[in-house]
Amino acid sequence: MENDSIRIGVFVCECGMNIAGSLDCEAVREEAEKLPNVVCSVRNKYTCAEPGQQEIKKYIKSHNLNRVVVASCTPRMHEPTFRNCVAEAGLNPYLMEMANIREHCSWTHIDDWDGATEKAKDIVKVSVARAALLQPQTETELPVTKAVLVVGGGVSGIQASLDLADAGYQVHLVEKEASIGGLMAALDKTYPTMDCSI
Amino acid sequence: MMDAGRHPLINLMTYSEIENVGGYIGNFNVTVRKKARYVDENECNACGECEKICPVVAPDSFQEGFSSRKAIYMPFPQAVPSVFILDDQDCLGHNPIACGKCADVCEKNCIDFDMKDEIVNLEVGAVIVATGMDVYDPTEMDEYGYTKYENVITSMEFERLISAGGPTEGHFIRPTDHKTPKRIGFIQCVGSRSQSPIGNPYCSNICCMNTIKDSLLLKDHYKDVDISVFYMDIRAFGKGFEDLYQRSKQAGVKYLRGLPGEIFEDDKTKNLTLLAEDTTTGEIIDHEFDLVVLSVGVIPRKDSGLVQKLLTLSKTEDGFFMESHPKLKPVDAPTGGVFFAGCAEFPKDVKDSVTQASAAAARAQILMNAGQISVEAITSVIDQNMCTSCGICVKACPFNAITGGDAKTKTPAQVIEAACKGCGTCAAECNFDAITMKHFEDEQIMAQVEAILDKDAEDKTLVFACNWCSYAGADLAGLSRLQYPTSQRVIRTMCSGRVDSKFILHAFEEGAPIVLVSGCHFADCHYIDANRWTVKRVEKLWDKLEKLGIRPERLQLEWISAAEGQKWKRTMEEMEEMRKSVTTEEIEFTQKVLKEEREKAEAKKAKRALKKKETVSVPIN
Repeated sequence: MENDSIRIGVFVCECGMNIAGSLDCEAVREEAEKLPNVVCSVRNKYTCAEPGQQEIKKYIKSHNLNRVVVASCTPRMHEPTFRNCVAEAGLNPYLMEMANIREHCSWTHIDDWDGATEKAKDIVKVSVARAALLQPQTETELPVTKAVLVVGGGVSGIQASLDLADAGYQVHLVEKEASIGGLMAALDKTYPTMDCSI
Repeated sequence: MMDAGRHPLINLMTYSEIENVGGYIGNFNVTVRKKARYVDENECNACGECEKICPVVAPDSFQEGFSSRKAIYMPFPQAVPSVFILDDQDCLGHNPIACGKCADVCEKNCIDFDMKDEIVNLEVGAVIVATGMDVYDPTEMDEYGYTKYENVITSMEFERLISAGGPTEGHFIRPTDHKTPKRIGFIQCVGSRSQSPIGNPYCSNICCMNTIKDSLLLKDHYKDVDISVFYMDIRAFGKGFEDLYQRSKQAGVKYLRGLPGEIFEDDKTKNLTLLAEDTTTGEIIDHEFDLVVLSVGVIPRKDSGLVQKLLTLSKTEDGFFMESHPKLKPVDAPTGGVFFAGCAEFPKDVKDSVTQASAAAARAQILMNAGQISVEAITSVIDQNMCTSCGICVKACPFNAITGGDAKTKTPAQVIEAACKGCGTCAAECNFDAITMKHFEDEQIMAQVEAILDKDAEDKTLVFACNWCSYAGADLAGLSRLQYPTSQRVIRTMCSGRVDSKFILHAFEEGAPIVLVSGCHFADCHYIDANRWTVKRVEKLWDKLEKLGIRPERLQLEWISAAEGQKWKRTMEEMEEMRKSVTTEEIEFTQKVLKEEREKAEAKKAKRALKKKETVSVPIN
C-alpha cells in the first residue's frame, strides 16, 4: 500500500559487530529501500550513540520524514531513546517503530548468515508496514504520591528508608518480624571492617 | 536501626505484612495487616517484669535454639521498637485459672489479650522490595551429618556462639561438652555451586569472606586454636577482602583446596573426622576436628511468592527476583515504580546491600521528585456509536477501568483513561470493532500479519508475544546467545489478552502454517488475570478450527516468562518441528475454508447493519 503522504526513513544499526557480525546489514538496508513508503534507508555503526541519533535527526529534516523505523535492538531497551530522538527533531514520538534484529535475530542465528539476513529483511519489512499505519499520540500526565513503601526491615530496607526519609519523603517501613534488623542483627561482626553489625 | 526507629518521617510497622497492592507506578494503594502483638507498642517501656513472671519456656529462634525465651519476650536486646511481644501460640492465655500473670504485673497495663489485627491502608508512589533472603538448611546433605552430629554447626549458629550477646556470652564452646574446641574445620560452599540436585548451582557470594572473618574472630579470641578451611575457590574479590584473606593466612589458618566427601563422628569423644582430597597434591587425607562449621549458602526467601504475586514480579531461574535489566537496570523491577534493595534480588554482603539500598532510594526519588509521570499513550478508546452496550469489555477489564456497557439501559461503555493500563483485552473481546487500542490498533497488527505472510508463508511461524514476559524471554534468549531456527516472526502486543481471534484467523487465511500465542504464566500476568481471557479465546478457536476440519494443534499457546530464555529457544525448536509437519495442501485447504467462513460472516454483518439502518430510519421518515 503506497501512500504519498507517508514518508518513512529506515535506519539499520550494525551495533558494532553485534548485528553486523552475523548478518549482512547492507543487504538489509538495500532491501528496506525498496519497501513501500520508504524514502531513505541508512546504515549506522551505532544508531543509539550521538552520531547515530544526529543522523536520524538530519534525515528527518532533509527527507521530510514523518515515520522512522530503527532496525537495531529490542524496544524494551532503546524505545525511549529513539522516541526522544525523533521528538527532538519535531516528530511525534509514537511515529517511531523499532525492528528488533539483534536479540531476536543476529544473536540467535550466529552461524546462519543467510538465514539471519533474510529474517532481518523480513523483520524490517514488518516494521515498515506497521510504521505506515502509526498515528501520533499524546501522553497523559498523572500525579505521583510522594510517599514510599519499603517492604522488609533488614539492612537494605533500613538504609533505603533512612535515605528517603532524610530526603524528606514519608516512608512506611513494613517488617514481618517483631523487630527490624533482619538477618544482619543476628551476625556478631561483619567484614571487611570486623565491627558490630547493629 | 535506632535511627530508623526514631526518624519522624519513618512510619515503622513491625510484625506486619502487606496483604494487597493495587494501583500503578506513582499511585499504589497498599493494604497492610498489623498483626496483634498483644502488647501496646506505644505504652510498653520494656521494663521486663512480664517476662520474669511468665511461666512458659520456648526455644529462642534468635539464638538459633541454643537458649530459651518466655512466651512474652523481647525479640533480642537491641530490638527496634524496644517493645515486648506475646507469642499467642506459646501463651497459656488470659484465663485466670490458666495464667494471665503478665497482665497482672504490668504496671502500665499495656498487655491486651483481646488485641486484634489492624488493617492499614497506605497510598504510596513507589515500592522498595527489601525482603532479603533465607539461609540454606544443610539437612539434605547427609554426608555432612548436620542432623546426626551435634558438633557440626552452621555458620549462622557460629555467629550466635561467638557473639557477646549470644547464649554463651561470647565464650565459644562446642555443643556436646561445652568446652572450647581446639581444632575447628570450616567447609565452604555448603548448598552453593552444586552441580547435583542437592543445593543450588549459584555462588552465594558472602560465604568465603564470612569464613575468613570467622577465622579471624576465633584467632582474636583464642590464639592457639587450630583452624582449617576446606574450599573449592576462595573468592575474595571486594575492596579490602584480599587483605583480610592474607591476614587470616598469616594468623595460621590453613586453607585446603578440596571439599570433604563425608564426616564421621567418634562415639566417645564426639570428635569429627573428615576425609578430603587435597586437590593441589592429589593426596587423600583424613583430618580430625573438635567442631565443624558448615559455611552455608543463601537461598531466596521461601515466602517470596506472595510479594511476587502482589507486585507482579518475575524470578530468575535461581529463585531470586528478576531485575528490569541485568546490567543497565539492576535496581528496577520490571513493574514500574518498584525497586529492589539487598538480597531479594541476589545474595549480597552488607556493603553491597547498603549500596543497592541507596540506589533504590535514589531511583524512587527520581520518580517522586518529578511529581508527575506520563502514561504511555496505549490506552483504549471506545467508539460510542459502534458500542452495542453488550458489556463484555466491562467484564474483561482486569482494572475495572470500563464503566457503562449496560444492555438493559442501553448505556454504551466508557473508558476511565487514568485506570486503563493498555492490555487490550477489551478490544480483543469486543465483537463489534468498537474499541481501538492506541498504538496497537487492529489495522496495525493486521498489517504486520500480512507483511509476515505475503511471501514464503509456509516457511514461517507467526508468534504473538506479550511485552512483559514472552517478548522479554525472547530478548533473554538473544542476550544469552541461545541459538534456534530462523523461521519465527514475532508480533509484540502488551498482553496476550490483546491477541484478537481475528488476527489468528487472518494469519491462517494468509497461509500461516503455525500460529503461537505466548504470554506470562498465570501468576505473572502484568494485567492481573487478562491472560485467562487469552486461554478462553484460544480454546474457543481450537473448537472452531476442529469443526472446520483444520488441525487445532496448528494454533499453539505457551507461557514463557521473562526469565525463561531457554524455554523460548525450546519452544521455537518445537514450533519448527511442528511447522515442517504442515503440508501445502493443508494450508491451501485452511485458506479456502477460512475465506468462505469470513465471507459468510461479512455478508451476515452487512445484512444486520442494513436492517439496523432501516429500523432507525423509520421514525425519521
